[in-house]
Order: sequence, then structure tokens, then C-alpha cells
Amino acid sequence: MILIMAFLIGSMYAGAIYMMMRRSIIKLVMGLIILANATNLLIFTVAGPLRRGAPPLIAEGSIVPDQLVADPLPQALILTAIVISFGVLAFAVVLIHRVYEVIGVDDMNNLKDDSE
Amino acid sequence: MAVIFVCFLLAMVTPWLYRIRPELSVGLLMAWVAVVFLWFSQFYTDVHQGQFYQEYWQWVPSLGIQLSLHLDALALIFVWLISGIGFFILFYASGYLKGEKNLGRLLAILMIFMGAMLGLVTSNNLISLFVFWELTSVTSYLLIGYHFEQEKSKKSALQGLLVTVAGGLALMSGMILLAQVGGSYDIQYLLSQADRIQESPYYSLILVLILIGALSKSAQFPLHFWLPNAMAAPTPISAYLHSATMVKAGIYLLARLNPALGGTELWFWSLLLLGGTTMFMGAAFSAFSADLKRILAYSTLMALGTLTMLLGIGSDYAMRAFVVFLFAHALYKGALFMAAGTIDHETGTRNVFAMGGLGKKMPLTFAFTLIAALSFAGVPPLLGFIGKEFLLEAALLSWLVLLLVAISSIFIVAAALKVAWLPFTGEFKDTPHAPHEAPLSLRLGTMVLASLSLGLGLLAWLLNPIFSQAASNVMGAELSVKLSLWHGINIPLLVSLAALGLGCLCYLWLRTRSQTVDWIEKLGQYGPEMMWETFWQKLLAFAKWQSDIMQSGNLRRDIWVMALVTLGLVGWAAMRHWPGLPELELGEWKIHELAVVSVAFLAGLYTCLTRQRLGAVAALGALGFSVALLFVFFSAPDLAITQVLIETLTVILLVLVLFRLPRFQLYSSIKERWFDAGISIIIGFMMLMFILLVSGNHYYESISGYMIENSYVIAKGRNVVNVILVDYRALDTLGELFVLAIAATGIYAMIRQPRELS
Repeated sequence: MILIMAFLIGSMYAGAIYMMMRRSIIKLVMGLIILANATNLLIFTVAGPLRRGAPPLIAEGSIVPDQLVADPLPQALILTAIVISFGVLAFAVVLIHRVYEVIGVDDMNNLKDDSE
Repeated sequence: MAVIFVCFLLAMVTPWLYRIRPELSVGLLMAWVAVVFLWFSQFYTDVHQGQFYQEYWQWVPSLGIQLSLHLDALALIFVWLISGIGFFILFYASGYLKGEKNLGRLLAILMIFMGAMLGLVTSNNLISLFVFWELTSVTSYLLIGYHFEQEKSKKSALQGLLVTVAGGLALMSGMILLAQVGGSYDIQYLLSQADRIQESPYYSLILVLILIGALSKSAQFPLHFWLPNAMAAPTPISAYLHSATMVKAGIYLLARLNPALGGTELWFWSLLLLGGTTMFMGAAFSAFSADLKRILAYSTLMALGTLTMLLGIGSDYAMRAFVVFLFAHALYKGALFMAAGTIDHETGTRNVFAMGGLGKKMPLTFAFTLIAALSFAGVPPLLGFIGKEFLLEAALLSWLVLLLVAISSIFIVAAALKVAWLPFTGEFKDTPHAPHEAPLSLRLGTMVLASLSLGLGLLAWLLNPIFSQAASNVMGAELSVKLSLWHGINIPLLVSLAALGLGCLCYLWLRTRSQTVDWIEKLGQYGPEMMWETFWQKLLAFAKWQSDIMQSGNLRRDIWVMALVTLGLVGWAAMRHWPGLPELELGEWKIHELAVVSVAFLAGLYTCLTRQRLGAVAALGALGFSVALLFVFFSAPDLAITQVLIETLTVILLVLVLFRLPRFQLYSSIKERWFDAGISIIIGFMMLMFILLVSGNHYYESISGYMIENSYVIAKGRNVVNVILVDYRALDTLGELFVLAIAATGIYAMIRQPRELS
């Protein structure tokens, strides 16, 4: 399974980088979204053996999990990462919207002031 | 120790207090400085018998860092100079800069500076000494740059800061090495470890680093140039920084560490040569300058050079001369600087050739300036004369040193006459302001300090006990100092008289030659200062050049750079630790997992290739939900929930914004796109290999085991992920909340801002 996951994550990285190199700002943002997803999956995959049906929960009545469970620590970190990346994304989206409103262009190469 | 910290506290309230009650705040500061002076003076009886007073406050005990106070005779002399002169400077500054709106701030910084200097000279711990040291650098930057609206002032302040802070870095390394070798940060302990330190292989390195720090602070050749430039500061600041304090910090440090570091050949030669050069150069430029403050600034260089040289010589005579000269110099230089400021204030010019006949208009100023200048020139019966006698006696070491000192003395006599005689005598010349006697606040400092130069010259025996102890502190061995005006007819006296006579001749020759003076003064701009400036210009040019390459402003190129660097680094690391190709086994997989992965892959591919905006967003959503499903399959329900929520919000947000943006357009050519695709695929492949190499290799035991076992037991939570977020790593989560709050604030601001404003 790790091979399949690795293939997916590698493709997502390739797609993200490709999108980020486009000149259209909205594509840049899409690239960022893919990049964030790819990175979350990367941490998830690399951090520990992928386990099926073993969430890190403690059943009612016991004080430790009854079976071997998935590693909770990377999950906690990824959860934080998902939320933060949404914060960044929301900011970026509003920012490009604003940029387009003001400048009227969505071509990255034309954003720079010519007078500089 | 507490009295020093009150200085900082007072400084904090001063700017506000000054706005409400200016006189009260100045009075309060002065009163406190007087308290400091007296508080430290109570230890005089102990100190002059060779005892000392100590106080310890733990600061970082695990690293052996304390805030500790060690007051011996050497420290007490410095404390007296700092607080005594500081007292008059505060009064002087309040009169000199009366009506300036930033005066409150200036007084506050001055107070912090004073506190830092007091802390510096009483510290018994290398680290706390260093902290105070840097604090003086920073505050002196603010003081020199007081007129921040003037380009020159800003530039001089920055130059001073860069030189002293660069020296400070060297000093810190030197101190840490010293403590490593000597076994402690405690200065008194280190002083007893001289053998161990000097036999260590690191001794030369320690010495060089500490010398760089101390000599840059004390403006020794070739790092001397910042000091004359620092004259851009208002005169009260120059008077304070250059008479008793900032520039003497380096000298103090060398004197303090002399018993531990001194006495070796390296010490002897480096201090003798650098100090001697500085002394001679300072004296020469002092004689050939026209600007009052520059004359004094260069003569400060001369004094600092002399002190450095004396420390280098290290003989009994030299140590006695060091203490006497240090004290005498602080008194007359403080007086002269304040007098120079007074003259500047009253006439509006500082060019000595443009003034004349001021003596009749400002008789008191004239009289006391003259007294201070006589001490400066080394005329009996003033304290400066005694200092010069000791200096010449120490210089008997070799005829070359004696000659150098004698020539410097000649120049200094000429400089002294130029400061105190030329502007006051002769015909009256018109100046920008019509001069009249200065108010008391501008006169008091000069009067008191000049009187002290005279009084202590006559009653020099009063100083014997404390000077003996201070010289012993510097020497690290018992030493007695006997001050007297009359030593009998000997070589120093003859040289001293000859220097006086020749100095007068030199003055007479210079008096009418303002052209020559101009010309020689210009010479001062060349040399090390030019190299230093060129160095900074080149450094800035280099910085600009490399940021232009790395941050071209073209995002596509920036991403290439990042991608290629990442590729290079990861590739390099992988090559070094190449474990062989991983086994390409599919392992266990389920059909629904494969299906979801395929959907994700296709969705991603479609996002990248489509030219329809809505299609791209939909595909992006599909990709996100597939990722959420993968989280579900592999036992991460919390992640899945979050991912679904966030993905929904993302799609909504994108759809909302997207329709206000233009359609996708093809900006790049086919060739560019293929090129980018090539790079992307290489990166993607690298990530693939990376995952295969890394997964399954766990070099460290994970801490998750602990978290799982204690999740319910300690934190009373059954969902371990949640427990981690809100309990084990609660601060992280709090930080996350702040990030979101900041992002939300930014978004709100951008949406609210009307279009026209931007």
C-alpha cells in the first residue's frame, strides 16, 4: 500500500509545483491547496505504519486501548496543519481577489510595478 | 545593585514625567544620581583599605551566570566618575537642550546609559558585564543619533554602533572561551587563574578576541574613526560619552582583566603599538583641527591611546600613571567638553578660528575653561600635571616611547591653547549669535570639574589611598601611589617643561594658519574609515546582488530555485546514506483503497490540465474528499472529519471568489509548460523515492506510547488525538488559534477596505 500512497503523494507534489509555476494567480492558489494536502498525506504515510480500523480511541470502561492503535501524534500534528493551511488559504484567496480588484490583472508576471 | 536598577526604572517614567513637569523630572534624576554617588561612597572606608564590597543575585544559576556586584577601588573610581560627571551632565543637558521636544527621551536614555555603565564597572560576572556592555552600545547609538532627522547624525550613530557591536561579538566569544579555560564566569576567580589561562593553547585567541572588543569600544587605531564622527551628538552627550564613560569601558575591561591576561609578550606589544599609534595620531589630529569638538574628540583618542599603552607597558610606574591619568583626564575632558558646548551654544559656531575676544563677554566661562585646559596641557599645579609626570616616568622604558609621548604632549599643549585661549582672546570677532555669559546650568559642570582639577592637584595626597588600591587592583599586586606636585628635578620634569614650551611655539605657529589646519583635517578622512565604509558598501551591494538572484520577483523562477535546491539537498543526503533500492512490493491493498487513490490521482491531474474554472474547483474538491476518505481507511477519524469540513469551506470560498476573477488564460508558451512539467515530475519522483526510503525507518522511539497510556489515566480523555491537541500540546493549539485570528483580522481588513483607498 505504501507504494501506492507514495505514487499518489509524488503525483500530488508534481501537480502542486506545476500549478504554482503558472502565471495565473488562481492557479497558484490551487497549487497551494494541493501542496497542503500532499504534505499532510506525506506526514501521515511516513510517520508510521498505516493501520486499518484501529483509531486511537479508548473504549468505554478501559483505561488504555484494547488493541494496537494508529499513532495519534502525527494525526494531531496534521489536524493542526489542516486548519492552519485553511487559514493561509482563506487569506491568500481574499488577497488575490483584492489584488485583482485593484490592479485588474491576474498574471503574476505583470504584477510588478513597471516604474521599479 | 538595587540602586543601579532604580536608574532603569526612573528612565522608564521620565519621558512621561518630563512632559508634565520638566523641572521636577530633571531634579528627580539628578537627586537619584546623587544618591547613587553617595551610596557607593559609603564603601570608601572599606575600599581604600583594600577591601571590597560584594553582592550576589542569582540569574541563570545553571550556567553560572549571576548578577553580582564587586566594588573595589578601581570600580569605585569609575563609579565616582560616572555618577559624578553624570550628575552635572544631566543638569547641563537640561539647560543646553532646553525647549527641545525630545529632551525627555534623551534624559531617559542618558539615565539607562548611566545605569548600564555603573553595572558594567561593578559587575563581577563576565556575562552580566557583557550584557551591560552591549546596553551601553545600544544606548549610545540612540544618544549619538539624537538628531535623527539629520542624515549625518544617523550615519555617525550607525557607524559607532556597527563598530562597537562587531567588537562586542568578538568580545563575547573571547569571554566565553576565557570562562571555559578559566573554569568560571566569576571575574575575581578568573583573576586568580592567570597561570592556567596564560598557559592554555587558547590564550592568544582569547586575548585577540577580547582586545578586538575592548579596543573597538575604546576607539583604538584602526577602529578609532567612529569616535570623532560621534561628535554629531549633542554636546552634553559627547561630554559624557567621551570623558568618563562609554569609551573608557574598553579601557576598564582591559584594566580589570590585566591580572589574568596581562604581562605576556602578545599583550605588551599589541597594546603598546596600538595604544602608541592611537596616542600619537590623536594628538596630531587634535592639534590640527579647527572644530572645537573635534579637537577634543581627537585628544580623547590620544588619552585612550595613552591609557592602552600604559596597560601594555604594565610596569609599576605605568599602573600608577594609568590610574592618575584616567582620573585627571575624565575631570578636565568633561569640563572642556561642556565648555565647548557652552561656547557653541552662545556663539553658534565651533570653529576656533572664527572666534575671538570672547573672554570679555564670558569671563567666568573663560576662567574655568582655562583652568581645565591647563590641566589638559599638564601645567602645574593641576591634576593633569601630576598625571603627565607619572606618564613620562612610565615612558622612560625606552627613548622611543618617551619621544612619542613627548611629541604628543607638545601637540596637546597646542590643542589646549587653541581651545581655551584662541576663542577668548584677541580682537572680538562676529559670530552667528551675539555671545553673553551662559546660564548657570551651562556653567556649573565646567566650574565644578575644573575646580576639582585644580583642588585635587593641590591636595593630591588626598587621593593616595584610593589610587594605591586602584593601581593594585589593576596590577593584581600591592602597589602604592604617592601623588605630589614636586618630584625634584628629573627627566620627566624637564621633558614636561620642554613640551610646554614647544607646545606654546607650536600654538603660535598654528594660530594664524587655518588653511593648513583645514588641509590636514581632511587627511583624517582617509585611511581605515574609508576601508570600513567601502567594506559596508560592498557588503550591501553583495546582499542586493544575491537577493536579486534568489528573490527575483518572478515567482516561477523562485520556485525553480527552491525546487532545485530541495532536490539537490535531498538527493545529496539520499546519495550519502543510500540504503539500496527499496523493495517494490505492493504489499497488502484493498480494492476500495485503490479506487479512492485513483480518483484522487485523476482529480489532481484534471485540476492541473483543465481550462475550466469550475471544473478545476470541483476536481480539487474531489481530491480533498479522497484524502479525507484515505484518513478514514487508515484509522484517523478526527482528520477525516476536519478534512471534510475544511474541504467544504475551501470549495465554497473558491467558488465565491472565482467568479469575480477572469477565466483561465494561457499565459505560458507550450515550451515553458513542458519545461515546468518536467521539473515538477522530477520533484514528484523525488518525493516518491523519499517516501519509499524513509517510511519504516524509525530512528527514535516515538513518544506516542506515553501519550496513549496516559491519555485516560492522567488527562481523562478517551480520544487520544484530542487529548494531545488540548492537553499535551495545548500551547500549540493556542498558537494556532492566534494564527487563525490574525488571518481572520487580515481578511476582514481587506474586505472592508474600500476600493478607492488602495
